[in-house]
Amino acid sequence: MVAEPKIIAFTCNWCSYAGADMAGTSRIQYPPNVRIIRLMCSGRIDPAFILMAFELGADGVLVSGCHPADCHYISGNEKAEIRVNSVKKILELFGLEPERLRLEWVSASEGGHFAETIRDFTEKLQKLEENPFKVKPVSGTIETTMEETFKTNIRYCLQCGACTSICPIARVDPRYSPRETVNRILTGPEEEIFSDQSI
Amino acid sequence: MSEETTAPRVGVFVCHCGVNIGGVVDVPSVVEYSKTIPGVVYAEANLYTCSSDGLNKLKEAIKGHKLDRVVVASCTPRTHEPLFRATCEEAGINKYLFEMANIRDQCSWVHMHEPEKATEKAKDLVRMAVAKALLLEPQEEPEIEVEPSALIIGGGIAGMTAALSLAEQGFQVHLVEKQSELGGMLLRLDKLFPLDRDSLELLKPKIDAVKSNPNIRIHTTSMVKSAKGFIGNFEVEIESQKGEIERIRVGTIIVATGMASLEPVGLYNYGSDERIITQLQLEKILKTGGPEGVRTVVMIQCVGSRNEERPYCSRICCNEAVKNARLLKRSDRVRDVYILYRDLQAYGTRYSPLERIAKRQGVKMINYQQEKPPQVVSEKDAVVVKVFSPLLDEEMTVKADLLVLSTPLIPTEEAGGLSQTLKVPLGSDGFFMEAHVKLRPVDFPTGGIYVCGTAQGPKDIPESIAQAYAAASRAAIPMTLRKVRAEAITASVNEELCIRCGRCEEVCEFNAITVEVVESGKMTTRVNEILCKGCGVCSVTCPTGAITMRHFNNKQIYAMLEAVLRGH
Repeated sequence: MVAEPKIIAFTCNWCSYAGADMAGTSRIQYPPNVRIIRLMCSGRIDPAFILMAFELGADGVLVSGCHPADCHYISGNEKAEIRVNSVKKILELFGLEPERLRLEWVSASEGGHFAETIRDFTEKLQKLEENPFKVKPVSGTIETTMEETFKTNIRYCLQCGACTSICPIARVDPRYSPRETVNRILTGPEEEIFSDQSI
Repeated sequence: MSEETTAPRVGVFVCHCGVNIGGVVDVPSVVEYSKTIPGVVYAEANLYTCSSDGLNKLKEAIKGHKLDRVVVASCTPRTHEPLFRATCEEAGINKYLFEMANIRDQCSWVHMHEPEKATEKAKDLVRMAVAKALLLEPQEEPEIEVEPSALIIGGGIAGMTAALSLAEQGFQVHLVEKQSELGGMLLRLDKLFPLDRDSLELLKPKIDAVKSNPNIRIHTTSMVKSAKGFIGNFEVEIESQKGEIERIRVGTIIVATGMASLEPVGLYNYGSDERIITQLQLEKILKTGGPEGVRTVVMIQCVGSRNEERPYCSRICCNEAVKNARLLKRSDRVRDVYILYRDLQAYGTRYSPLERIAKRQGVKMINYQQEKPPQVVSEKDAVVVKVFSPLLDEEMTVKADLLVLSTPLIPTEEAGGLSQTLKVPLGSDGFFMEAHVKLRPVDFPTGGIYVCGTAQGPKDIPESIAQAYAAASRAAIPMTLRKVRAEAITASVNEELCIRCGRCEEVCEFNAITVEVVESGKMTTRVNEILCKGCGVCSVTCPTGAITMRHFNNKQIYAMLEAVLRGH
C-alpha cells in the first residue's frame, strides 16, 4: 500500500495537455501526486521513457493523447496505443503489474475527464505495493542482483527472438545479440557476466 | 574559453499571477528553492511575468546576469510561450532556449486546498523545467518563400466569400467546385432566416462578383486529385469530371467544402411514404410555391442527431424549422403547423424573437423526450403522429398531411478523402478539425491550410461568412509577407546510425522523411523540415536510435524523469 503514489503523465501537446489545462481553468481538483511531461504527440511515447520512469521509481505512468480519429498528427495516438500495450507485456516480464501503465484519451475540452483519470489512477495505485524498484534497486551485490533477476520472468525472454532479428548491432557483432546476452545472464557463470564488456 | 563561461546560466522567473498562483503556492519559497538547483544562477518572483513590467524585468535580468537559458514558472505554454519566447529573442537569446513550468493550470488551480503539496509540486515542476532547459539547444527556423496565390476548395457561400476577399487583396485565386454551378447548399434553399430574404438575393451578386473578378479562376465540375508540398509551395492537381488534369502551384489552401444533409432512411417511415420529407425537400417545395392542399404540417426536430451516433447539435435546424413554420403559416393562415422538439435552440439576439413570432402566428410547439420519440403511422388519408408531451403528461395525436423531418448537417462524402490528400485532420464527428477550438479557429495544424464554413461543423450563413473572412485574412498573412518561418521542432537523422531501413518513411503521415538514393548505390535518409510536423513517431520507430526530435529529444526527457524521480 502506498499513500501517495508517484504518477508520471506523458501528454500530447494538443489534446491531453490542453485537457489538463482545462481542468485548471475549470478549477477541478485532483490529487497533487502527478507530474506531467509534455510531448508534441502521444505517438512520441518511447517505451524507454516508460521503462525509465518505472526504473526510477514511478508508481504509475499515464500516457494520454487525443481520442481515436482526433489526432493532430493523424495517427500518432494509434501508434501510442500499440506501444503502450507492448510495454505492458514487458512490465509483466519484469514482475510489475501492467495496470501501473495506463492509456487514456483526453481531449482539450475534457478537464473533468483528466482530473477523474488522475483520481481513479491514484486510487488504483494506492491498492498496489510501492514500485519494487523504488524500494530495492536492482543494482547491488552479485548475489542480490541475480536473485532479483530470477524473481522476474526473465526466462520468457528467450522465446521469440524478434528483437535479435531486427537488431542492427547484432548483425555486425553477435556478442551484442539480445538473445545471446540474456542467455549468458541466465546460464552464468556470474563472475564472467559481471566482467563481460558487452553486457 | 574557461569552463565557467561555457556552463549554461539558467534564470528562473516565478510568477504570482496575482493570487492565481501566489494565493496557493508559496512563491518566495519556490524562488529560494530554484536558486539551489544546479545550473540556476538567478531566480526572482514577479507579480505578473507577462505584464510589460514583468517582461522588462525578464529582459534586464537576461542582460544583467548574462543568462543564456530562461525558465518561466507560470501558466501554460499553450497560451504564453510565444510571448516569453519573443521576449527572450529581444534580449538576444534563441527562443528555443526557453522552457516553461506550468504551476498555475496544472498546479495552483487544481490543488487549491493543498497549498503545501502544491508548493512541493511547483518546485518539482521547476526542477524538471530546469533539467530540460540545461539540455536545450538553439534552433534555426527554416525560412520559406511563399507563392502569392491560393486554392479554395468549395464554391459555396464560404468559399466564394474567401475567394473574393483574397482576390480583392490582389492575390491569384483558384476556386474549385465539384458541381457545375457555384453556390453550394444555398442553391437548394428557399428563403433564409432571419430576414426571410430569397437565398438568390444573397447568392446572385456573390456569384457575379466571383465570375467577373479577373484574379479568380473558377474550376467547376472539378475536384482536388492530389496535393504535395507545404506552406508557400503547394503543388496541386485539379481533375475535371472529364478526367483532364491541371497542375497548379499555390501558396495557401482554404478548405470550404461544406456539408451534406442527412437522408434519414428508416427513421419515422422516411422513404416509404411520399408525405414524409426532410426540411431540405420542403425548401424545394416552398421555392416552387408549394405546398398545395396541405392542411396540417408536423415537423420533428433532432432526427438522427444528438444521439449516440451523432452526438452533436446541428445548430441550424431549429431556426430552419421555425422559419419554414412561419412561411407555411404566412401562406395559409388556417394551416396547422406543429414543431415537435427536444430543446428548441433559437439562440442569440436575432433568432429568439423569431421563435416568439412563430408562436404568435399560431405555430404549436410540443416538447418530446428522447426516450419517448414520436410514433409515426402512415394511413391512407394522413400520416398519424403520436407524441407524448411531458408537459401535459399525456399522448397527443396529430393527423398530418405532411411530415417534415429536421435532419442534421453531416460531413460530405469527400471529406475523408480530402483530409488524407491534404494531411489535415477530421474530428470524431467527421468534420474538419481546426488546430485549436479557441485560439486557432480557422487554422489547421498544417501551416498554410485553413478551414471555413460548414466543412468545419454545422453553422449558419452569417457564421460561415465571418469564418470565410477570417480564413482569408489568415491566408493573406504569409502571402503578403512572401516569407514564413517554419517551426524548428522537427526530426533530424544521424546518418552514421541510420541503416536506411525505411521504417520512418512508412510511419510518417506527412511524407516528411524519405530514404533516397543519392548516387549509385548510396542511400540517405532525408527529412523535409518544412513538411515535418514534429510529432516524433519516426524517432520512436527507428530501430537504431538514429532520429532525434529537436526540442523534445530523448536526453531532455530522460533528464526531466531523473529530475522528478531522483530529485536531481
